[in-house]
Amino acid sequence: MTAAGWVQIALFSVVLLAVTSPMGRYLVRVYDGSMQWLGPVERLLYRAGGVDPDEDQHWTRYAASLLVFSAVGMLVTYAVLRLQQRLPLDPAHLPAVVPRQAFETSASFTTNTDWQSYPGGETTMSYASQMTQLAFHNFMSAAAGAAAAVALVRGLARRSAGRIGNFYVDLVRGTLYVFLPFSIVLALLFVQQGVIQNFHPYIHAVTLEGGVQTLPMGPVASQEAIKQLGTNGGGFFNQNSAHPFENPTPWSNFLQMVAIFIVPAGLVSMFGRMVANGRHAWAIWSAMFLLFLGGTTVTYWAEARGNPIHAARGIDVSATATNPGGNMEGKEVRFGIAGSALFATVTTDASCGAVNAMHDSFTPLGGMVPLVNMQLGELVYGGVGSGLYGMIAEVVLAVFIAGLMVGRTPEYLGKRIESREVRVVMLFVLVYALVVLTFTATAAVTAPGLAGLNNAGPHGFSEILYAFSSTAATNGSAFAGLTGTTTFYNTMFGVAMLFGRFAMKVPVLALGGFMAERRAAPATAGTFPVTTPLFVALLLSVIVIVTALTFVPALALGPVVEHLLMDAGRLF
Amino acid sequence: MAATARPLLDPPIVRRAIRDAIVKLSPRHMVRNPVMFVVLVGSVLTTGVLVRDVAEGQGGLGFTFQVTLWLWFTALFANFAEAMAEGRGKAQADTLRKARTQTQARCIPAADRKTEVVSRPASLLRRGALVLVTPGDIIPGDGEVVEGVASVDESAITGESAPVIREAGGDRSAVTGGTRVLSDYLVVRITANPGETFLDRMIALVEGATRQKTPNEIALTILLSGLTIVFLLAVATLQPFAMYSGTALGIPALVALLVCLIPTTIGGLLSAIGIAGMDRVIQQNVIAMSGRSVEAAGDVNTLLLDKTGTITLGNRQAVEFVPMPGVTVEYLADRSQLASLADETPEGRSIVVLAKERFGLRGRSFSEGGGEADRRGGAVAVAAPPVAFVPFSAATRMSGVDLPSAVQVRKGAGDMIARWVRERGGTVPAELDAATERIARQGGTPLVVAETQTETAAILGVIYLKDVVKGGMRERFDRLRAMGIRTVMITGDNPLTAAAIAQEAGVDDFLAEARPEDKMALIRREQAGGRLVAMTGDGTNDAPALAQADVGVAMNTGTQAAKEAGNMIDLDSNPTKLIEIVEIGKQLLMTRGSLTTFSIANDVAKYFAIIPAMFVVTFPALQALNVMRLHSPQSAILSAVIFNALIIVALIPLALRGVRYRPLGAAAILRRNLLVYGVGGVIIPFVGIKLIDMLLVTVHLV
Repeated sequence: MTAAGWVQIALFSVVLLAVTSPMGRYLVRVYDGSMQWLGPVERLLYRAGGVDPDEDQHWTRYAASLLVFSAVGMLVTYAVLRLQQRLPLDPAHLPAVVPRQAFETSASFTTNTDWQSYPGGETTMSYASQMTQLAFHNFMSAAAGAAAAVALVRGLARRSAGRIGNFYVDLVRGTLYVFLPFSIVLALLFVQQGVIQNFHPYIHAVTLEGGVQTLPMGPVASQEAIKQLGTNGGGFFNQNSAHPFENPTPWSNFLQMVAIFIVPAGLVSMFGRMVANGRHAWAIWSAMFLLFLGGTTVTYWAEARGNPIHAARGIDVSATATNPGGNMEGKEVRFGIAGSALFATVTTDASCGAVNAMHDSFTPLGGMVPLVNMQLGELVYGGVGSGLYGMIAEVVLAVFIAGLMVGRTPEYLGKRIESREVRVVMLFVLVYALVVLTFTATAAVTAPGLAGLNNAGPHGFSEILYAFSSTAATNGSAFAGLTGTTTFYNTMFGVAMLFGRFAMKVPVLALGGFMAERRAAPATAGTFPVTTPLFVALLLSVIVIVTALTFVPALALGPVVEHLLMDAGRLF
Repeated sequence: MAATARPLLDPPIVRRAIRDAIVKLSPRHMVRNPVMFVVLVGSVLTTGVLVRDVAEGQGGLGFTFQVTLWLWFTALFANFAEAMAEGRGKAQADTLRKARTQTQARCIPAADRKTEVVSRPASLLRRGALVLVTPGDIIPGDGEVVEGVASVDESAITGESAPVIREAGGDRSAVTGGTRVLSDYLVVRITANPGETFLDRMIALVEGATRQKTPNEIALTILLSGLTIVFLLAVATLQPFAMYSGTALGIPALVALLVCLIPTTIGGLLSAIGIAGMDRVIQQNVIAMSGRSVEAAGDVNTLLLDKTGTITLGNRQAVEFVPMPGVTVEYLADRSQLASLADETPEGRSIVVLAKERFGLRGRSFSEGGGEADRRGGAVAVAAPPVAFVPFSAATRMSGVDLPSAVQVRKGAGDMIARWVRERGGTVPAELDAATERIARQGGTPLVVAETQTETAAILGVIYLKDVVKGGMRERFDRLRAMGIRTVMITGDNPLTAAAIAQEAGVDDFLAEARPEDKMALIRREQAGGRLVAMTGDGTNDAPALAQADVGVAMNTGTQAAKEAGNMIDLDSNPTKLIEIVEIGKQLLMTRGSLTTFSIANDVAKYFAIIPAMFVVTFPALQALNVMRLHSPQSAILSAVIFNALIIVALIPLALRGVRYRPLGAAAILRRNLLVYGVGGVIIPFVGIKLIDMLLVTVHLV
């Protein structure tokens, strides 16, 4: 570990802290309807879609709107992918995407996962598919995620017979006021850093050695902006943010990481303002920050330490001015160990899934951190919206368990938590455990599941576990050691993503609706404190004990045993 | 039912609980508790494996046998905890049943036809029947006295041996079946059908027969079931994971891991905690109509307390004589004493006593002439009879004495006395208002004294009657405040007096000149603000408010209407007990939360014990996770299972007694309980499992 590495991590933390509050203020104005500089466009869209923007939807209607909208979007995308060879904007003459892949990919982008098991966007997706479908979902899935979180927060903030806002209004306003304008600014910044943005056909360059190299082109910068802002993570190129056209410099790398966290962190601040309890929001922010810092430290330490087997054979793994040291396998030299470790943590803390290094090549513990981050439920700032609502679900759980200890029926923000609320929160927790564990178990003992493995032993197991942890958490990052382009995996991943997104979102909206039916009691000395350091410690314990313990047996057989064996001199 | 404290582990109760624990293994009973049902299924499964292994003559039976044994113990211990909690109630129910012995009721057709008695078994009495009870009779059922006054021994219900008076009409007309008439006779109209009487309800209540899960218990059960499913998934998928890794896991080891991980500690003790909480309420001699109301008591934000009898002693005491200008204090004291000699109210007596203590004036026989003494301080002659006492009446709001010398002395409410004086040609000195206001502001009641002398009346002065706040109330209110509970004093006094008493007693707020509808409005207002309200009451006019309040405690001495409106009845009729009820409610929830936290925190150590044990053969490197350095894989698994079973037994006393209650703010309680049950819950199993492991090795069980 180097001073420069820590400075980068510290700088990132400071920037994160600085953007949180302004972003929160901005988001409040977006979602309470007071921001109006695109009013005419907004009204036009409502009229075109036949939406009554003044309708305050009951949570059931809100959830139904979200599901219908997503289903239609997914079907359209499936159709376009199957028909892309007959559609314009296909200069590379790419053929139709095969059905299993089209199903998985349409599910993947609709669910904000952007798991890309196809062999690279540049060789599979036409410009039309990338720009009209994948980019569309990049915006819409992010706006839909944020909408669900905002709806939950509204439920906590007000008493309105289960009404939690209007899905279509939240979707349109999130897109118009947040994701579109921010993406435009960000894309320009990326272009300044050297990210390409064009519609040129692929370049066939002759190298110095006389060989011919195909350089894919495309509208990368615009895609890159929403990929990070919307915590989508789907790269234009297969190498994702490791590709020099997507992420050319350390500054573009830094900017990408900030872009991943800016909206999720801002949503936390927005939450505090909407429920008029800023200190509670900062307590949540702090819990998230501690998990982020802990994860970054472990990954950075594990990667900087490198592989003890290398050291044992006399290879110098210590960092010097000319040697990055540690484990550089699968990492870009321009980012180095700190930049890669930080990026890997950030992208899995959030539900982004963009990668600038091969997580598969990380040391076992370094690779376990992204895995655990996803298994925690991606609530460390988290995906756009999904991070906040995932964290609120954990808070409700923590308040319920520990809240009894102060001798009152547990209440959160003045609202009582009773059986209905506990039921939906447990459902939320269960869906993820169910999908990840049963799907991993299926893949680990069936022939089609094992056929996809590139590595044996615990590392192979980690690859399967990572893939399902990532898809069910709608992260989309891959350990990348698994060949996922089979009917078995395409189907399993597609289903995992759909469950991980929608079977978890409905309970969240239900929670918001139930809370909106409750009257808030004023806080007294007898009220469970949700703003103190003690609360932060409690929240962290609940997150770690309740959610992580689910995966301890699996982790023990994957990265943990791999780490112990590596230290004993054995690799897989 | 006597409120005698039973020892926690009463031998007869323990014997009965052991028998019940086995009976409760019936799946029909176990399925009501999802966590323990999983344990039962696991036990059956390992028993099956054991039988199979025995049949096949396989080796290594000792381990399977011991795991199986301890799994059954886990289920039994949980049942034992529940049976223990119920046992205490059942013992009380037996006592109550004795009071319900078959009695013959003497039915009469109407109150004025007492001779036409028809004898009928008490169990056949329907609502509306009229019965005659005479000394020595047991009242055959709940009812309303329609005729007569009698002293009744209610000790069978209240445990209070002093007899109480029951009479027709008014607030003391309700009688309870199973109580005994000691003197006189009563004609009672039965108000409850057989099986619905107070005694029946009480028996059902203490036995837990009608016990329904409370809302919080339901929510907690959902949480525990959810966690059970999560761990079921984690353990069920471990088998395929193990197959991938090339390890074969036996059913007993998997079941052992599952039972260790699911929250058996809280799952096993949950119903015991609830029953014991109700039991604690009963120990306080309070009958709660449902567990829900006890739980609600823990959530109360606002406590409405009647001033008289709850915050202050029922009677006021004279503490000062305030003479008007031109009147000596001795003279005022003398006249006040004269006017109070025949006044048998506590206030009246306290005036006599004060005059005696301060000025050496003795209660005396009257003689002529005292009235003519010099108002400005001459020696006071002793008056002689005849004198005429004027008793207090609601119309005049004054009382006093008419001396033979035509001197009239009166004491009473300020405005009434002032009018009395003016009517007799006297004037009201300006100082009077100042004096009465000062007393009112200090929380006292001003009692104005006046007399007629030489044809005109004059005001002599004011007696300061002070409300005496019960000892220790301020501390109790401070404790409540620390818990975030606001106390509101309800009084009919004027705002000035109310404010002063409120300040002296240390309540947060008061409602002065309160009428029943004001009380109701206050409750509604508090509830509209999201607060839960508790109150006590006894009169019929309290009934609507008792029904509206979230926790309404009716006094047993109160009317039937009040008792039916409230959701608890205090058999001792002690309004202050509301505070204890709130504390019991809080303690109940705290115990649940603490044991849940403890149970979940335990899982960390169990993982460290079992996971390395399961896979260390395949991956010897996992020995590094065996941080407790347990002897062998088998000893590790067995130790974890034994710890898991024994901790239930170890925590039974805590579940029955409840965690120690401290009147602190939520933050302080949380810090403490998290430290004890959270951090402690992580550490204790590490120590416990290691110790059990060492013991198993020492006695060669593994």
